[in-house]
Amino acid sequence: MASTHHLGKIKMLSSKHFFLLPALLTLVAIILFPLLFTVRVSFSSWDVFQSGLDFIGGSNYVRVFEDERFWQSLQRLSLLSIISVSLQYTLGFALALAVWKQVRGGRLLRVLFLIPMMTTPVVMSVIWRTVFHESLGPVNDILSAFGVGPVPWLSSATGAFISVLIVEVWQWTPFMFLLLLAGLVSLPKEPYLAAAIDGAGTWRTFWQVTFPLMAPITIGALIIRLIEASKIMDTVYVLTSGGPGTATETSSYYIYIRGLRDFQIGYSAALSLVYLVIMIISLTIIAKLLLRTLVGKDE
Amino acid sequence: MIKINKFIGPASVLALAVAAASPALAKDYTQFGIQKDLPGTCSYEAIDAKDYSGRSLNVITHAIPVIGEPTALHAEQFSALTGAEVNVVHVPFGDLFQRIMIPFQSEQNAYDVLFYASLWIGDFNRFLEPVPQKYIDSTGMADVTDSFTGVATWNGQMIQYPMDGDRHYLKYRTDIFDNAEVQAKFLADTGSALTVPETWEDYNKVAAYFNDRDWDGDGELNYGSAEVAKRDDLMFSAFISRAAPYAKHPDVKGGFFFDLETMEPLINSPGFVRGLKLFVDAQKSFPPGGNNFGLGDEIFSFGGGQTLMSYSWDDAYVQANQPDSRIRNMVAAAPLPGAGEVWNRDTGMWDTFATPNRAPYMTWGWSSAVSSMSQEQDMAFDFLCFFSNEANAKHDLQIGRFGVNPYRDEHLDVDFWKGQGWEDKTAESYVSTLSNMEQSQNRVFDLRVPGVSQFMSSMANGVAEAMAGQKSAQEALDGVAKEWADITDRIGKDRLREAYSNVVKLEDNED
Repeated sequence: MASTHHLGKIKMLSSKHFFLLPALLTLVAIILFPLLFTVRVSFSSWDVFQSGLDFIGGSNYVRVFEDERFWQSLQRLSLLSIISVSLQYTLGFALALAVWKQVRGGRLLRVLFLIPMMTTPVVMSVIWRTVFHESLGPVNDILSAFGVGPVPWLSSATGAFISVLIVEVWQWTPFMFLLLLAGLVSLPKEPYLAAAIDGAGTWRTFWQVTFPLMAPITIGALIIRLIEASKIMDTVYVLTSGGPGTATETSSYYIYIRGLRDFQIGYSAALSLVYLVIMIISLTIIAKLLLRTLVGKDE
Repeated sequence: MIKINKFIGPASVLALAVAAASPALAKDYTQFGIQKDLPGTCSYEAIDAKDYSGRSLNVITHAIPVIGEPTALHAEQFSALTGAEVNVVHVPFGDLFQRIMIPFQSEQNAYDVLFYASLWIGDFNRFLEPVPQKYIDSTGMADVTDSFTGVATWNGQMIQYPMDGDRHYLKYRTDIFDNAEVQAKFLADTGSALTVPETWEDYNKVAAYFNDRDWDGDGELNYGSAEVAKRDDLMFSAFISRAAPYAKHPDVKGGFFFDLETMEPLINSPGFVRGLKLFVDAQKSFPPGGNNFGLGDEIFSFGGGQTLMSYSWDDAYVQANQPDSRIRNMVAAAPLPGAGEVWNRDTGMWDTFATPNRAPYMTWGWSSAVSSMSQEQDMAFDFLCFFSNEANAKHDLQIGRFGVNPYRDEHLDVDFWKGQGWEDKTAESYVSTLSNMEQSQNRVFDLRVPGVSQFMSSMANGVAEAMAGQKSAQEALDGVAKEWADITDRIGKDRLREAYSNVVKLEDNED
């Protein structure tokens, strides 16, 4: 009897594995194989002249560590991501709170807030480039009516950095809004009733009830946006091409230049992998810190 | 039946006699949008006589409109005339190189015909089919200027099919430069006469004087100079135009970008540094945002009447002279400014020139070719020959957005351009500027070697750093020189030297 039961268990397990197989094969095909292939390419000198997968040891990796421009682009990316995601979170939370309670025209506002997120980043960047155009764009026109300007939106290092930041915040605040609003809607009512009975005001209720209850969603939203923000490419490509100088050159844009413009396939594979490892480590640390700070535990 | 035969007999004799006697019976091809078919090896009539039914041709080209639009148009015409199926793939510029290179490297026969930037010849030459002799002997090819025959040639063999001719030259507003009142005021204010700039120092000076003032009286501020200064948007060509007269000494042979003998980069030599300093200095005469101008912005700025001067390809000039332009026939062309002092790398000294040294820059230019892996090479070359036949070339030259510029001697005909509504000075200065560049013995060509994109990308980055004030001109170009030396080591000095010698031959006017 025991052996029949054991056999049945084995059969169930193998049929489970059988059903898992398509998903596993898909995983291997779309994640594992490209990743392993990239690792292999990173040890080759594949470029515009040498197309084979030769083996040059770790010299691409040595070059990465000596590549000042890559490390500068990474610093720039970190700054851009942290500022833009912080602003997106703050604005997104404020907007979500604003439409959380039943307000007049709430539904319309929710749809309007989502429009930027639904537009194609490249298209929006082209429009923003026109908006920021220093002699023909409407922003400087409006500012000049108040005696300000012309502001070098795209032709000064600070201006270009702020312009990229504005477009990022404008485009992705709705995403934060959406996640945080979903979180707010799903909050239990009891803690609010208790807070009301205790006589807590709006401000205290927010800090002592809403904010702690929203912590898990906050962490998820921040991590998702940090992952996305670390890949910023299209906005930079269209808006500034990384300039002026290298003022807005981010890591992904730099890797794009090395890989697809310069056709240094082996070297760009090494850059991509170093970048991937740095991102995994730093985002894991950030997630742990957020958990510790907002939830008060490590897992 | 007898009656019919009696009728057909004399009628066919009559028809044959008329056909033999009358060329007016030539077929009408105006439905294809051309004024008339022009005689030639690949005329509409000649291609119409071919039958490629059941065969197909795969073509990769740039996005519409530049080059992409004429490719699509002529593919459709070729298909209608021959019965061939022509599939055209349009690719944005940033993707074009890799979309051609990856199939080449993986030995896939993805495309029969390729349209791309002519300077990529250093990377693509191994994969291109030489142009067969019968096309080299064709009527269209006989008239291609020497410069653009040279651009299409690699190791003595023609491997690109010429269909465009590009070069940089100066464009300026004649309503200001020829205005006696403005001339007098300029003289009074600056102590020198207002003339078309002879040197880049003059250019900067004139641009600065006319910057930030409403000199055309339309109520809007005008500016001195519009230049392509955006890092990844062909800015490298603008920088080379500015540096060339200081760095290209007419008596020093053996390389402009590199010393051909040692393959040491010359990009940080004093001539290039002087050019970069002047480029940085010129920024104060750009319109707001001008140091982020790509080619499109430059065309719009000068072609739209915002700036006094500009230099780049033909597009802004054509734009300025379009029928709906408010500055039509108020612009003229001139050679790129030169240099009074030229760096001599043989002596390590600056040489002074009484007449400014000019170094015309034959830069960029679209080209076309047939893949050596193509199974349809006969049809592919017929397509290219048809694309650039006499009637199509004249048609394409007249449409600014097509991106096709003069590349045959017959295109440098003043009457042709006057026929487009251009007035005497506009047409004559244009034709004479372009023609004189062909005659120059001190021309500069693009760095057509393997890895050209790496070299140009590195240079553009260094120049952009200097323009943004992140580094001095010397520091920025020292950085570029170091990167060029690294790239040279990676690609291989001998391999680069062999390729670069093709460029040096053109620049040193060797056959």
